[in-house]
Amino acid sequence: MNKIANKQIICDVLMEHAKDDKDVVVLCSDSRGSSSMTPFADNFPAQFVETGIAEQNLVSIAAGMAACGKKPYVASPACFLSTRSMEQGKVDVAYSHTNVKLIGVSGGVSYGALGMTHHSAQDIATMGSIPGMRVYLPSDRHQTRKLTEALLADTDPAYIRTGRNPVEDVYEEGNVPFEMDKATVVCDGTDITIIACGEMVLAAKQAAQLLAAEGISARVLDMYCIKPLDEAAIVKAAQETKAIITIEEHGPIGGLAGLVAQVVMTSHPVKMAMMTLPDAPCVAGKSQEIFDHYGLNAAGIVAKAKELV
Amino acid sequence: MNLKAKSFQIRQDVLDMIYRAKAGHIGGDFSVCDVLVTLYYHVMNVGPDKVNDPNRDRFILSKGHSVESLYCILADCGFFPKSDLETFSQYNSKYIGHPNNKINGIEMNSGSLGHGLPVAVGMALAGKMDNAPYRVYTVMGDGELAEGSVWEGAMAGGHYKLDNLTAIVDRNRLQISGCTEDVMHHDSLDERFGSFGWHVIHAEGNNIDSLIAAFDEAKATKGMPAMIIADTTKGCGVSFMENKAAWHHKVPSAVEYEQGMAELKAKEAAANE
Ligand SMILES: Cc1ncc(C[n+]2csc(CCOP(=O)(O)OP(=O)(O)O)c2C)c(N)n1
Ligand SMILES: [Mg+2]
Repeated sequence: MNKIANKQIICDVLMEHAKDDKDVVVLCSDSRGSSSMTPFADNFPAQFVETGIAEQNLVSIAAGMAACGKKPYVASPACFLSTRSMEQGKVDVAYSHTNVKLIGVSGGVSYGALGMTHHSAQDIATMGSIPGMRVYLPSDRHQTRKLTEALLADTDPAYIRTGRNPVEDVYEEGNVPFEMDKATVVCDGTDITIIACGEMVLAAKQAAQLLAAEGISARVLDMYCIKPLDEAAIVKAAQETKAIITIEEHGPIGGLAGLVAQVVMTSHPVKMAMMTLPDAPCVAGKSQEIFDHYGLNAAGIVAKAKELV
Repeated sequence: MNLKAKSFQIRQDVLDMIYRAKAGHIGGDFSVCDVLVTLYYHVMNVGPDKVNDPNRDRFILSKGHSVESLYCILADCGFFPKSDLETFSQYNSKYIGHPNNKINGIEMNSGSLGHGLPVAVGMALAGKMDNAPYRVYTVMGDGELAEGSVWEGAMAGGHYKLDNLTAIVDRNRLQISGCTEDVMHHDSLDERFGSFGWHVIHAEGNNIDSLIAAFDEAKATKGMPAMIIADTTKGCGVSFMENKAAWHHKVPSAVEYEQGMAELKAKEAAANE
């Protein structure tokens, strides 16, 4: 079992770069512990800014620093970054086009029993609706490393959501296919395509294995790049497989499901099923309990796939 | 009622609940415990028979992560059976890690810091519009004061001269990342709230008598809202938890549980003598 959370990998990569690039700075809002940034704060105190519990201030300060040449990485719980400071993200980051990377940690329902204040099952919708804001939900630590390195190489605004706890690897160390803003084909298939993001990619991969045993050939796309969406991969899937299932740790409105459906409906309509969290406060529980409660797991995908093909 | 003994009894319930669930924010629970005990057993006009009474006092736990103390007090006051709390933080329970107004006795949801004061301003304004006799109370953390919304609420409370509103700051000088004064300092809280039009009162926040005097003074204040700065000790009651940032949300081990329980029981007994 992998013991390294995706958010910890982001800290590792930032530390590797901060050594040689003094403009790489991290900002936290009493969130260095929860976002695994304590090592950065301890090792690079001159490149670390603490704002206290003030997420709006946090994002605007980062934008100001970016406007003066810094490369700020803002690390705070996804629930607060994607709602409380949404306008700062919209105006000071996206609209003014400052080089700020917003890292939403413990996203989706990974705060479990802390309730809806701490869930961010709406962040694809809110952050994705902002013109000029890119949105990424990496699936495992290996992909998170590749993504963070790619983001360090550009100067555009972005929002990244990671979970709270370590998750099982989707990819093998040393064999991590990654092209920026292109969906990763986890496995190929001809009957059905499962498009997933974030922690749901693993369930999709497991479902494809179960389906294979039943003679159904499933393609799995890791759509870590929610925005800009890899539309070509979606069109190709619609053309080459008979149906599409989307699955995400997000509510039904404004998430991966709707974005994929827009592409499918306007290019090559095929049958679709959309697996999401409800448009309601989620039940209390650990992530897996919540996923299981709403059928967001391999068994749930298999059942949906059989309905479709 | 012996409120000092009560506060140590409630702390035992909190320790039990957190130890069982392996989740909770024990440091802030213990620092705010005496404030909540004073409010629920002495100051506020609330009770299980009054949850729909339009004239009941209103309370918002703005530092919602201290919900464990609130749950244990509500159960002790009879708002719901104590056994309900066995499901705290478990799968499908409504007793989640922050206030949930699907639970009897809880007025407003919270958990995202910086909401309680502006919502309390709204309740106090509504009370003024209706000439209603109820008073409004809210408790904030000191780290929470970094949120801009707190100061927007403070501005409005002063502007509308809401003397039916009392806010309390649980001034334990700690937040998750350490000492509040290192993270984002806010000394001179008196001048800050004073200049926003609030009557500022100081209290020893883990001393019931001092708190009762502060709430009496707040009630007697006319023409402006009152802000009680309650100087507290985070983790108050269990010596090894006191003044340690790590106990913000650490879960006690079996040994720590036994040790903490023994201390709290001894303190309850001493208070009863
Ligand atoms: C808007 C918001 N930002 C961050 C958090 C995460 N958080 C929970 S408790 C806490 C520290 C609170 O410190 P303080 O207000 O001093 O409370 P206390 O010391 O009484 O526990 C933080 C940052 C939150 N709940 N809400
Ligand atoms: Mg505090």
